[in-house]
Amino acid sequence: MKLDDDDFSLFGLPARFEQDGAEIAARWKALAAKVHPDRFAAEGGASQRLAMQWSLRVNEAYQRLKDPLKRAAYLCELRGAPIQANENTSMPAAFLMEQMEWRESLDDAKGSDAILALDRQVAERERALLAQAGQALDERQEPAQAAQAVRALMFLTRFRADIDRRLETLDEAG
Amino acid sequence: MALLQISEPGASPDPHQRRIAVGIDLGTTHSLVAAMRHGVSECLPDEQGRVILPSAVRLLPQGRRQIGFDALAAQAEDPENTIVSVKRFMGRRVDDVAGREQLPYQFEDTPGMLSLVTREGRKSPVEISAEILATLRQRAEDTFNDDLFGAVITVPAYFDDAQRQATKDAAQLAGLNVLRLINEPTAAAIAYGLDNGSEGLYAVYDLGGGTFDISLLRLTRGVFEVVATGGDAQLGGDDFDRALADWALQQASIVVRSAQDKRRVLVAARAAKEGLTDQEQVTLSASLDAGALQVLVTREQFEHLSRGLIDKTLLAVRRVLRDAKVTADDVQGTVMVGGSTRMPVVRRAVSELFGREVLTNLNPDEVVALGAAIQANQLAGNSADGEILLLDVIPLSLGLETMGGLVERIIERNATIPVAKAQDFTTFKDGQTALAVHVLQGERELVSECRSLARFELRGIPPMAAGAARIRVSFQVDADGLLSVSAREMTSGVEAAVQVKPSYGLSDDQIATMLREGFASAESDMQARKLREARVEAERMLLATASALQADGDLLSSAERQAIAALEAALRQEASGEDADAITAAVESLAKGTEGFAAARMNRGIQQALTGRSIDSV
Repeated sequence: MKLDDDDFSLFGLPARFEQDGAEIAARWKALAAKVHPDRFAAEGGASQRLAMQWSLRVNEAYQRLKDPLKRAAYLCELRGAPIQANENTSMPAAFLMEQMEWRESLDDAKGSDAILALDRQVAERERALLAQAGQALDERQEPAQAAQAVRALMFLTRFRADIDRRLETLDEAG
Repeated sequence: MALLQISEPGASPDPHQRRIAVGIDLGTTHSLVAAMRHGVSECLPDEQGRVILPSAVRLLPQGRRQIGFDALAAQAEDPENTIVSVKRFMGRRVDDVAGREQLPYQFEDTPGMLSLVTREGRKSPVEISAEILATLRQRAEDTFNDDLFGAVITVPAYFDDAQRQATKDAAQLAGLNVLRLINEPTAAAIAYGLDNGSEGLYAVYDLGGGTFDISLLRLTRGVFEVVATGGDAQLGGDDFDRALADWALQQASIVVRSAQDKRRVLVAARAAKEGLTDQEQVTLSASLDAGALQVLVTREQFEHLSRGLIDKTLLAVRRVLRDAKVTADDVQGTVMVGGSTRMPVVRRAVSELFGREVLTNLNPDEVVALGAAIQANQLAGNSADGEILLLDVIPLSLGLETMGGLVERIIERNATIPVAKAQDFTTFKDGQTALAVHVLQGERELVSECRSLARFELRGIPPMAAGAARIRVSFQVDADGLLSVSAREMTSGVEAAVQVKPSYGLSDDQIATMLREGFASAESDMQARKLREARVEAERMLLATASALQADGDLLSSAERQAIAALEAALRQEASGEDADAITAAVESLAKGTEGFAAARMNRGIQQALTGRSIDSV
């Protein structure tokens, strides 16, 4: 086991998109229990530094593995199709159109019910895109296609964050 | 022959070898110290049998002090020099202190954080907090008639980096070895969860004297995983007092100006508030220089006045639920912590939000210190095989200032600590040789709306075209929740790295000076103290090495074992001498000499963690 092993090897999991979330969490806790600095608080500086390095690594891997979008992006990178969102900004026209419509609906939405309905719609699309990415990675071995789906998903993530902010503002206004 | 080292008597901590470690709840209104005794966590009482120490410090002439109940009793007569609720000022600037007009103090902005002007001159909140901590340290040392090995200090989960750093500085100033800073709701969850054998998703609603925290934790077999946390580091029982005091003064058409009157009204309001926990109505009365204040308050009236404050807490609760992507129904129980949760109106509001009665079967004042003591005992290596594990999170996002006064987030809130993340930036002018790095904490997008933690400059970047340099800024948050930042230019191979540790308390030099001036202890002989600390460290290192050898000695070749045994022998030799520096050097040598062994043990631990979890099982 090395610090620079990939996340899947570190967690002893097969390198694929389809995963059991509960299993990932259980493995994370088992690993964290072994390497957390608290376990070495009564020991010398060398052990604590090492524990810190390993804890950082284990937590980093967990953050990537547990989130389906990050996991998909990571697999694309491992398979030679890095996301590079800043350099690959061209998206299909239909997708951009839909984005614009959604943004308009969000701007026009009056109450939290309308916003939540929109959020459900976006979540639905998110699930479909994740399934596409998963198939491209696990079944068709087409990381470039998966990467395209991931880039689309990144738009949706940003949009849902905006939805959350709107909901929060409404909540604060009472 | 060195193999026999494993049977060293110190290898397994027997009751006589136990290291004394305490948990300290450094609260806004009062503070407590707890420790494990006879297998249970207990709050330690003072000579009069009281476990609570009011967080009040009165500065008397000639460097004398009154701390606790005596100081509290004097607050109305000597308000400027009697500091209460100092926790609200930790790591803050004058502008940050809400409602400061009503407080009887003279504030002054000083580098890092505000100062209070007293008869003893300017005092930092760190120094005042250190007085409280030193009192509790003394109480613990008297109880056990021994030196402390270390302490776990609790902080509100919602404390930012500046407030955490200030708390750690205060503990250091009080001569405490800080084993860990842990979050108050997490500490409460330890005490609660272990007592009740609970599993599942729990909320901890912690409304103290000056701070509010809400944390969601998932409890599974000794693992306390914080899923999300939120709150308000400037909201607590004090604000309810102030709302009531304002209203009463308005009713009586009295305007208070003197520091004494301001304090008297607040004291009277607090008494009235506490009275309303059991009574339907009370009379708020105070004899002021500005006239006699006598106002009848009904519980209904008080609840009306409190509504806005309680709504603020509920807002934070809803946000945490959203962050965790769960609903109120998913939460199995809500644990109430902090004296302010005694208010019936608070209990009712929180029960309504979660749709079930809140859990109040533990003492809301003591539970945080009790949990901290359990963790302290474990961190000191007293419990055989760490039965609990805390997986806590960072409460507020961390980021950097980018062009246009915007914040680029590097680490998102609710990330499990320790956590590290790096991001690459570039120069925007041709030939730019320096880059200003501004570190911020908060959720807003504008720099002006986040808390500024540190600024530093990366210099010596070789001149390049705009956009060609690649500057990697790395953030690291340790297990105490404290941040360090470094920056490095990557393309040129030229290393220009800067290490900053934002410190809003005191500089290491200032602390050293204060320690030298004998602030932290009555001990005048610093040399003796240094020697004692070096010996404790030596003993700690020897014990740790012995138990590591006992557990995993088979990983070493006999030559490696002998090398370690030689280092151990050298350290033991020095530790029996009088030279503190030589002991420290021998500790360092042993630490260096066991680095490879530590790495091998870590690998074994990781392998073990996954045995029985084969890849095919997924």
